[in-house]
Amino acid sequence: MAAVTADQTTQAKAQGTVQATAGGPEGADGAQLAAFDAAVAADERIEPRDWMPDAYRASLVRQMAQHAHSEIIGMQPEANWISRAPSLRRKAILMAKVQDEAGHGLYLYSAAETLGTSREELLDKLHAGRQRYSSIFNYPTLTWADVGAIGWLVDGAAITNQVPLCRCSYGPYARAMVRICKEESFHQRQGYELLLALGRGTPAQRDMAQDAVNRWWWPSLMMFGPPDDASAHSEQSMIWKIKRHSNDELRQRFVDICVPQAEALGLTLPDPDLRWNEERGHHDFGSIDWTEFQEVLKGNGPCNEQRLTQRRRAHEEGAWVRDAAAAYAVKHHAEKHTTTPTPTAEATA
Amino acid sequence: MTAALALGDDALVLSHRLGEWAGHAPVLEEEVALANIALDLLGQARVLLSLAGDEDELAFLREERAFRNVQLVEQPNVDFAHTIARQLYFSVYQRGLYEQLAAGEGEFAGLAAKAVKEVAYHQDHAEHWTLRLGDGTAESHQRMQRGVDALWRFTGELFQPVEGVEIDWQSLQNSWLATVTGVLERATLTVPAGPRSGAWTAGAGRQGIHTEPFGRMLAEMQHLHRSHPGASW
Repeated sequence: MAAVTADQTTQAKAQGTVQATAGGPEGADGAQLAAFDAAVAADERIEPRDWMPDAYRASLVRQMAQHAHSEIIGMQPEANWISRAPSLRRKAILMAKVQDEAGHGLYLYSAAETLGTSREELLDKLHAGRQRYSSIFNYPTLTWADVGAIGWLVDGAAITNQVPLCRCSYGPYARAMVRICKEESFHQRQGYELLLALGRGTPAQRDMAQDAVNRWWWPSLMMFGPPDDASAHSEQSMIWKIKRHSNDELRQRFVDICVPQAEALGLTLPDPDLRWNEERGHHDFGSIDWTEFQEVLKGNGPCNEQRLTQRRRAHEEGAWVRDAAAAYAVKHHAEKHTTTPTPTAEATA
Repeated sequence: MTAALALGDDALVLSHRLGEWAGHAPVLEEEVALANIALDLLGQARVLLSLAGDEDELAFLREERAFRNVQLVEQPNVDFAHTIARQLYFSVYQRGLYEQLAAGEGEFAGLAAKAVKEVAYHQDHAEHWTLRLGDGTAESHQRMQRGVDALWRFTGELFQPVEGVEIDWQSLQNSWLATVTGVLERATLTVPAGPRSGAWTAGAGRQGIHTEPFGRMLAEMQHLHRSHPGASW
């Protein structure tokens, strides 16, 4: 479901890992930096072999890794309902969606690898809790309607965040996002249609839908990250054109999109302060519980422990399978070549 | 029993088992591959069950004794090796079956012509993993042998003729044995010595006699649908 989020700005700040300036190491070629700045300013794409500031590289690796991790952790809350989907059509849609998410994870790890890291390294960091994934996936899917609410709201928020990333200054990331956004929009429409069916269904189905929206609305708004005045890295990311709009701008855009959709679904959004502001031309909405947001980011959300444990377990329990694939590849490489093969861990495909 | 029900239940139940892997696979590529196979099978199931009646009524409102799938497909995933052994046995069977059906003029010829392409991919996937696991490390070899052995006794049922499926069952069985034996040998595995069917397993699934894990699987699969009688989703 791909929720790259602005969470990373706060996380990076907490970890103290992002340099606030765009400079390379001491003595970096000023001409290279000038060329980079000019390329970014001219909306040209930065490609893997191009010179780039270290901080730009580090910032991208972190964002793309978090995005990739979000795709694969994000499989869990939805996969939780594959075995219980109430019709074969819905089951097929859900399986296809979870499969797409694994595919998105693959695109994004590949894109991140163009920056000199590896999927193994990134997964190790995820498993060790040193890299994050979107806070939204730490909420549980308690009913079938949650699958619809995730599609409509979570994927909707993700798309609002991600469409501008299709114009991100880093070429491989931007190209991955073009492919991902196409599939995401499809998922989002399916989630909406799922809720529509529930909204038009029995009273119990309707209640189920409303309850899911009540639980997912605020966490979805949190996906856009902290308010602009508390998001120090946004500014640098925007100068680098990794980010195109501020957190609050995107959040407002999302709210304005959702209000009429909620009306069409016959569902309400759980915010008594939500109303149209004629003067601003936007919806005003209530304040977000940033304490909850911080707690979830710190690992104290409802499912943080469970999500990471399942991911680690899948990885650990799959180790013998990956080892077997690597050993087989080495053996059969040796048969074909007389030279001594170098064992690698990459033969896991 | 209608033939569509037997073939449809096979695909439905195996698809469900593969769906249980989502989020648990040993490597991301297998998340994609297992879900892909599960989706192909679910697609086949939906076409077949629709030939027999309403797909959702058939999937969600029949009880265990009314399901007509072979017992092989309902066996739990256990580990990746068991899953691959089950895929190997079933995909080789299903490919041979669909090839014959596609070549004939019966009611399943159209479906089989489309499905045989998917099944060829499933077989390829299962064969390659059987080779990697069988001829990989000592541990993977042992696990693969265990999976192959454990599921062997469920394979005889695959060749119990299904009324309405007009194919040469004997030649299906012969080519299945030849293919599976070839793959196991190339994978440095021992072809299991035990019987492929016995008093208990022979044709039992097709008669609605299933193994214990199946009821629990259905309970999970049907629970939500049954909790809201008459609702549309």
